[in-house]
Amino acid sequence: MIETRELTFTYPAEEDREASPALQGVDLQIGKGSFVAVLGHNGSGKSTLAKHFNAVLLPSGGSVLVDGMDTRDESLLLEIRRRVGMVFQNPDNQLVANVVEEDVAFAPENLGVPSEEIRRRVDDALAAVGMEEFTTHAPHLLSGGQKQRVAIAGVIAMEPDTVVLDEATAMLDPVGRREVLSAVHKLNRDRGITVVLITHHMDEAADADRVVVMHEGQIVMDGAPAAIFSRVEELHALGLCSPDTVELLYALNRGGMKLPLTAITVEDCADAIADALRREEK
Amino acid sequence: MLKDITLGQYFPGDTPIHRLDPRTKLLCLILFIVALFCAKWFVSYALVLALLLVAIVVSGVKLKALTKGLRTVYIIVAFTAVMNLFFTPGQAVSQLPVLNHITWEGVRTAAFMVARIVMLIMGSFLLTYTTSPIALTNALDRLLSPLKKLHFPVHELTLMMSLALRFIPTLIEETDKIMSAQKARGADFESGNILRRAKALVPILVPLFVGAFRRADELATAMESRCYHGGEGRTALHVLRYRPADYAALAAFVLLVAAVIVLRRFGL
Repeated sequence: MIETRELTFTYPAEEDREASPALQGVDLQIGKGSFVAVLGHNGSGKSTLAKHFNAVLLPSGGSVLVDGMDTRDESLLLEIRRRVGMVFQNPDNQLVANVVEEDVAFAPENLGVPSEEIRRRVDDALAAVGMEEFTTHAPHLLSGGQKQRVAIAGVIAMEPDTVVLDEATAMLDPVGRREVLSAVHKLNRDRGITVVLITHHMDEAADADRVVVMHEGQIVMDGAPAAIFSRVEELHALGLCSPDTVELLYALNRGGMKLPLTAITVEDCADAIADALRREEK
Repeated sequence: MLKDITLGQYFPGDTPIHRLDPRTKLLCLILFIVALFCAKWFVSYALVLALLLVAIVVSGVKLKALTKGLRTVYIIVAFTAVMNLFFTPGQAVSQLPVLNHITWEGVRTAAFMVARIVMLIMGSFLLTYTTSPIALTNALDRLLSPLKKLHFPVHELTLMMSLALRFIPTLIEETDKIMSAQKARGADFESGNILRRAKALVPILVPLFVGAFRRADELATAMESRCYHGGEGRTALHVLRYRPADYAALAAFVLLVAAVIVLRRFGL
């Protein structure tokens, strides 16, 4: 469980410039085993928030607690980072070894895990993301989605409670994004790993348990995806969109139809429109 | 086109030489070089050459690949040969002009010198052809580990080496991209004299360096996020272990050095 209390953070000011806080009073609780999507456009503070979860950044004010451990306590640093694994945006800049298995082994090696146990963890982590056949491949020859899955395996090898994906799908093509998302959903479902997905793709958030919307360093919306996405006008005001399905229903409603804005999946959306059309015929 | 560059040129395989512990191979190479430099006369050279040939045959590395590596040092070999031919004092080969500067001693030293360099390079290439760069860095890490007691940063050094190896293909790819981008905007890398071409490289190097620093920063954060905290208390996925074959190989090369030193006593 990760908890932030009145978290504020200001980046060090550049010369001749007033530093404006990137986070202002964020209160958030992320329950164990949940799948939380954090949305927001560029500069909303979502990445800054994510980097507080594993003590890459430390609060300027307020506090961040990981299972009750304060991230500012340096003696707990390694344990916090072991529990909260983080996957970053650029797959090339987070892989450290020339061989896939060596890369996945990096974190357990750092933690001083015995060799046989590292072997087990590496094989287990690669199987968990469906990359077991690439064990001895060179990472630079893999596709973007595959590299990112290796990066996830590298985090899973620490046996963390939480995986934070800091815009981990932003640089991938649609196929790669799907690969990565299905891998994370599987981890969440099968192993009960808490997932925090930082993204600006709305459709990625649709399958989450909970959606948190950030704007100018604050949480402005927090709730189930259906509840958040049906607030289409508020999202537009923040410079965000709902998933395409909800946007379609919203546009149809403006044209005079009465459709529920809670149908997020393509099937639900099609059913809702079909129902409405049938009713109209009668 | 830049993608073809492979550093360290490792040919994967499963021969007894490939299976040797990388530490063994590194130590054997050092012993081999020592033997090579102690060798004085034909008998010693023949011994060293024999062991090298056995290693080459067992490794399954094609002779062509080894001679290809020699091409880069062709000039040095030729230069050394010529220098030795003309500047070794002794008895002249003949009284004819030009040839009267060449001595029998010079011919001999030149021949030995060339043999020495060629064998030295073949031996080193045999090591990099049969050992992956990562295995080599691991070997270096373990071999140098006694120096840790003297506060020599062994782990940092080998980590830097392996990270450099990891990022070579990534940076080559980036260079390719930058070059394409500059070409698309009319940059010309192919014409003009050397000075002009060197100048044309500046718009490639600047973004490459800026990019490398950005990557380094992100990599450092990613490494810290994966609990990296220096070499202390680290374990390894692959533990290096000496096997009987390793002891046999080491024994062979120690014997070689011993034999060459003994032969040296007798002027052989």
